[in-house]
Amino acid sequence: MDAKDRIAQRVAQEIVPGSLVNLGIGLPSLVASYVATDQGVYFQSENGVIGLGSRPPEGMEDPDLTDAGGGFVTAVPGAAAIDSAMSFGLIRGGHIDLTVLGALQVDSAGHLANWMIPGMLTPGMGGAMDLATGAKRVIAALQHQTRGQSKIVNRCDLPITSTRQVDLIVTDLAVFDYCDAGLRLIELMPEISLDEVGSKTQASFVVAL
Amino acid sequence: MKRSISPGYAIEMIPDGARIMIGGFMGVGTPERLIDALVASGIGNLTVIANDTALPGKGIGKLITAGSVRKVITSHIGLNPETQRLMNAGKLEVDLVPQGTLVERIRSAGVGLGAVVTKTGLGTAVAEGKQILELEGQLYLIELPIHADFALIAARQADYVGNLEYALTAQNFNPIMALAAETVIAEPDHIVPVGMIPPDAVRTPAALVDHLIERAK
Repeated sequence: MDAKDRIAQRVAQEIVPGSLVNLGIGLPSLVASYVATDQGVYFQSENGVIGLGSRPPEGMEDPDLTDAGGGFVTAVPGAAAIDSAMSFGLIRGGHIDLTVLGALQVDSAGHLANWMIPGMLTPGMGGAMDLATGAKRVIAALQHQTRGQSKIVNRCDLPITSTRQVDLIVTDLAVFDYCDAGLRLIELMPEISLDEVGSKTQASFVVAL
Repeated sequence: MKRSISPGYAIEMIPDGARIMIGGFMGVGTPERLIDALVASGIGNLTVIANDTALPGKGIGKLITAGSVRKVITSHIGLNPETQRLMNAGKLEVDLVPQGTLVERIRSAGVGLGAVVTKTGLGTAVAEGKQILELEGQLYLIELPIHADFALIAARQADYVGNLEYALTAQNFNPIMALAAETVIAEPDHIVPVGMIPPDAVRTPAALVDHLIERAK
């Protein structure tokens, strides 16, 4: 299992039966395959569907039924198709129980940055600012480092997505939450040592294993 | 009853430099025949208001590649490298707006509201130069309505008077944009007799639709 799948599998453990969940594009979208289908969990996709299902069989794709990345999907029993105003009404209005978002950086204040690298890459925020601000619970799912640089930093130097503090960070090395003292390490991923997390993390954190 | 018109005839109404809303999400629910006619017409200097710029060769991506667009107001350009290239070369102005704010700015223009008051974007680059409002102890960003001269709408079907019904995730921005432009041009996949779309299923009432595009030949 590679790093992204380990992260996705760990995030899936956070998903409560019966909840409404939005998964961001990229790494977060892998989470769905680790959630049992009998848990009453509905996945919302901001392009306009509640009850996102798996990929359709080859040749059975409907060009009018896609996820937010434009990929073909199916809809599960009980699904609903909605327009963008309803979709973001649900997101901003606090009706989404959990969102899982990818991140370029997350910092000690719980701010995440995931929509541009000035001068290099400008994908745009899409729905991320609304999701990070409005969902009841926000999990940042990301690889701990990129090219040897920690993505868990004291202060984001990339433009932030929201001033709302994320609730949980899941990386390929560790799981963090936030307490009064700030960033808190609460779990090591299998076969990962505290020393390794310490040496690969730029942000300061307290330990509560 | 409306008369259906060809995509080319419809596009003749659109002048150089027009502000155009175009429905769709990554090209899903985008009126492709109207886009093709726009590209063929050679009209330029457009301001396009849309969720995203799709991919090169698909939907709004075709307008970007053709150089028809001067400015785009959108939430996401990450899957169209051509948009980013033109932006970095100074040939295309890109105004990035959070997706939920974008749809509400369009909706507010269409439903007669003076602003959108939202927490989305507070404390981020999106808030630069905008008014902050404190209401009952909470801070909000004031976002202004976005109007357009034309809205190009994709629908699953229209009836003869112009009521529209949409398909699954192809609805996205379409029913909202149909409220917010001076002239609304709808491109349905099918045109059916009045009564075939039950009144409960009508998502955009005919009163909002100015022109129907004839079915594909």
